[in-house]
Amino acid sequence: MALPPSRMGSGAARILTGLLEARTGQVLSEGRAWRMETALKPVLRDHGLQDIDELAGKLLRSRNSRLDEDVVNALLNNESSFFRDLQIFDLIHRQILPRIQDERGDRVLRIWSAGCSTGQEAYSLAIRFCNEAARWAGWRIEILATDISSAAIDQARSGVFSQMDVQRGLPIGDLIKWFEPAGDDWRANPELRRMIDFRQDNLFAARVPTGAYDLLLCRNVLLYFSPERRQSVFDLLARHSHDRSVLLLGAGEAVIGQSEEFVPHPEFRGSYARRGPSADAGNSARRAG
Amino acid sequence: MKNCLVVDDSKVIRKVARHILESLDLTVTEAVDGQDALTQCEASLPDVVLLDWNMPVMSGMEFLQALSATKMEARPKIIFCTTENGIGHIKAAVEAGADEYVMKPFDRETLESKLAIVGVI
Repeated sequence: MALPPSRMGSGAARILTGLLEARTGQVLSEGRAWRMETALKPVLRDHGLQDIDELAGKLLRSRNSRLDEDVVNALLNNESSFFRDLQIFDLIHRQILPRIQDERGDRVLRIWSAGCSTGQEAYSLAIRFCNEAARWAGWRIEILATDISSAAIDQARSGVFSQMDVQRGLPIGDLIKWFEPAGDDWRANPELRRMIDFRQDNLFAARVPTGAYDLLLCRNVLLYFSPERRQSVFDLLARHSHDRSVLLLGAGEAVIGQSEEFVPHPEFRGSYARRGPSADAGNSARRAG
Repeated sequence: MKNCLVVDDSKVIRKVARHILESLDLTVTEAVDGQDALTQCEASLPDVVLLDWNMPVMSGMEFLQALSATKMEARPKIIFCTTENGIGHIKAAVEAGADEYVMKPFDRETLESKLAIVGVI
């Protein structure tokens, strides 16, 4: 049952959305607020609560971190799919990675999937690397994947996906090659799982990322944040970038008006580079050309 | 506009598939079994075939083998769409020449992603 408009502004709803914002920085848009009650049904059932008013009361009265966590996990949007926006993965593997491969003499490639949800993006990258194993022989490939949701990270780390999950975007050849049946579900094979370091982390108080990453993906994450929070995330991404890093955002997300730290990438359309001499020079040349 | 031939003995499945495919800007023709599909392919080759496995008269696998045996210059993309969800069936379909595989039940997003993978949309 959708939450009636009158209840969306109710005290209980405000407490729940306030908890979500305090813990994750995410603002619950009207588009997601209507499904709050549906999303919280499993939490109500698991904790023996009647409705969201009782839930809000319990959140206020007790310091139950498990309940807090369950509410936050339920309200987060963990929608994801394999090879989401297929052309982005073609850009990465046909253009961005060959350039990085040419430049990284130390043969170390570092990738950060920030806001990875249940891990499909990171697995999609890993699948491409495994399919091109000969090309990457002798390279150390580090894929860090972080998300605020402990439930999403647990699922990502397990590598288990439903039939519906694997049908969305995953080519059948890759399913056969890199997954095995697990009851009605499918589990990524150990080689794939070993490639990715899944960690729970908050983009506003990040503890997990270290140093600079060659490729940063923060797709379909920023749209849930206020402008101030977005700025803070861009600052974080900039701190973990170097002059030649490439940043990819989701379709419809952009840096213009959001951050001074990044500019459109001079070589790779639709991606971003940290502001600096090389990016600025490249953009000037492109404008002049 | 590209054309998709939906091959399924279930009228309901054909109707659901047609609804989704037309919303993705594909024209749709229908066949009730593999033999019907083969006849239609010989008359006019579609861009993609959405193919059920178990059908009377001629199954999806028999259709695929018969299609491969014809001397047609081009070949449509083949997406199996079936309740046969075991890994054995999936491997057999791919080895027989299927380009993609959809396990029923499916939704719009699934079909859209499979059509994108085979390059039809």
